[in-house]
Amino acid sequence: MSLALSAPDRAALIARHKAAINGSLKTKLMTIAVVGALVGLFIYGLTTLETSLWKIIAGFSNLGTFVVLMLPPDPGSFARAIIFVKALFETIAIAFLGTILAAIIAFPLGFLAAKNVVANRVVHFLARRSMDTVRGVDALIWALIWVNVVGLGPFAGMLAIMTSDLGAFGKLFSEAIESADRKPVEGVTSVGGGKLHEIRFGLIPQVLPVIASQVLYYIESNTRSSTIIGIVGAGGIGLYLAETIRTLEWQQVSFLILLVLAAVTAIDFLSSKLRFAIIGKRAV
Amino acid sequence: MTLAIDCNDPAIAAHAELYRREMAAKRLQTLLGAAIFIACVALAAIGSEVDLAKFAANAWRFPKYILETMPTLRLATLSADLKEWYWGINGWLKLLWQTLLIAYVGTVLGAVGGFLLCFTAASNLGRSPWLRWATRRYLEFCRTVPEIVFALIFVIAFGLGPLPGVLAIAIHTMGAMGKLFSEVVENIDMKPVDGLTATGASWWQTIRFAVVPQVLSNFASYALLRFEINVRGASIMGFVGAGGIGQDLIEAIRKFYFTDVSAILLLIIVTVMLIDYGTERLRHALLSLEHGR
Repeated sequence: MSLALSAPDRAALIARHKAAINGSLKTKLMTIAVVGALVGLFIYGLTTLETSLWKIIAGFSNLGTFVVLMLPPDPGSFARAIIFVKALFETIAIAFLGTILAAIIAFPLGFLAAKNVVANRVVHFLARRSMDTVRGVDALIWALIWVNVVGLGPFAGMLAIMTSDLGAFGKLFSEAIESADRKPVEGVTSVGGGKLHEIRFGLIPQVLPVIASQVLYYIESNTRSSTIIGIVGAGGIGLYLAETIRTLEWQQVSFLILLVLAAVTAIDFLSSKLRFAIIGKRAV
Repeated sequence: MTLAIDCNDPAIAAHAELYRREMAAKRLQTLLGAAIFIACVALAAIGSEVDLAKFAANAWRFPKYILETMPTLRLATLSADLKEWYWGINGWLKLLWQTLLIAYVGTVLGAVGGFLLCFTAASNLGRSPWLRWATRRYLEFCRTVPEIVFALIFVIAFGLGPLPGVLAIAIHTMGAMGKLFSEVVENIDMKPVDGLTATGASWWQTIRFAVVPQVLSNFASYALLRFEINVRGASIMGFVGAGGIGQDLIEAIRKFYFTDVSAILLLIIVTVMLIDYGTERLRHALLSLEHGR
């Protein structure tokens, strides 16, 4: 049996479903316009950003040399290795403590910014906008500012992580609270509970697991950001990363990068296990 | 009406005993968790050299710093004051535009890279297990190393300027997008793929006609989200000499040009908010496009 169409049959079929086969002209033009604009902006960007083929080729050949020089990873001496591991511990400590403190401070703020707890629109607007402002400033910038306040060292880094997370946590927590179920709160009200009782017994049991999993996720991502705040002198392994890169100690650089990779992977693993333990039970 | 319960009923007594024991076990667990948590916090506090005395002694500097960055704006001479505050507006806007371009070009390059790699990394389409493993590890490496570390290395390889910033952002974006894209691909409906495979289509044809139409709007939405993140990232690239407005910002902070700090920060924050708003609208439009179909 053959499924082949005869030529006239095929032509008739195409003629009948012309619209479906060719698609609409409007969509086509739109697609071309959007893709054209995107590519145009891309090329414009390339030309204004001082890119030249020669520069790219030279850069990549330099990069190749660096990669060869990086192998094998080597901390230099045992004493250096100890210093690096200590700095790594400092980095993790900064991320952990900064996130925890931010969560503790943001917890009441989240209630303040939640529409279903504080119904005042002015308070809601002010809380949300100030959080957006805090969130809009990168942790590295906060680190620079805190270094001016408490001096160089990991303490400044911890405060920077804390500040930049305050905005993010405030927003996430208030969203978690706003999406909580009204019914337990109404139940508490119906048996004569006050406003604080409503929050303690109606809302907190609902939002706590969500918040805990968000905090764990942020500890994970902050481990990454706290590896770099050392670049501006705010403690942690970033200081050594920037130093070894600038002094072209490539073997030490690759050792440090491997250390960071190992630490981040370990923390990813731990926190995803913990998150699953917290959320998994309730999701079912 | 009373709900009185006979406390001497053995069944109820046994039940109460069971409840007491369960609660005691739970309380013990909570206490143990709290103890471990507090030990971790204490260890972290030692590690990050928390010094409450130093903090208390210097805490006033923080509000003082913030206040010092505030410009003096008087109602009577508002326009002159604004002009003085934003004295460098032309240069800053140029740098801001450069920052946006760095973010855009980096996002496009990274998205294209992630797009090409996500099909080999997805478990339902990847052909050989070891290629899939290698792709995934590579993407993991790209997104775990912070972009500013890439920028530091690239600045030495490519020289100062926006190019290392673009490449650093592109590599990091590729790692993040590759992972997100491959997750999207793993969640597609496999029926069109089976259909095309049945007609004898090649791997690339299958991807072009069975996979891409399903995932394109999701990909675009993730790319927009990433663009917003990259604008933030590009604004600090200048800290290590990789172009953009960060160059002027770090100079202002380091040299204590207080009002410049607030002026540049305000510019960055407003830009990020506008882009946040714009990309969110676009993403909603994209997603509703998909649902409307």
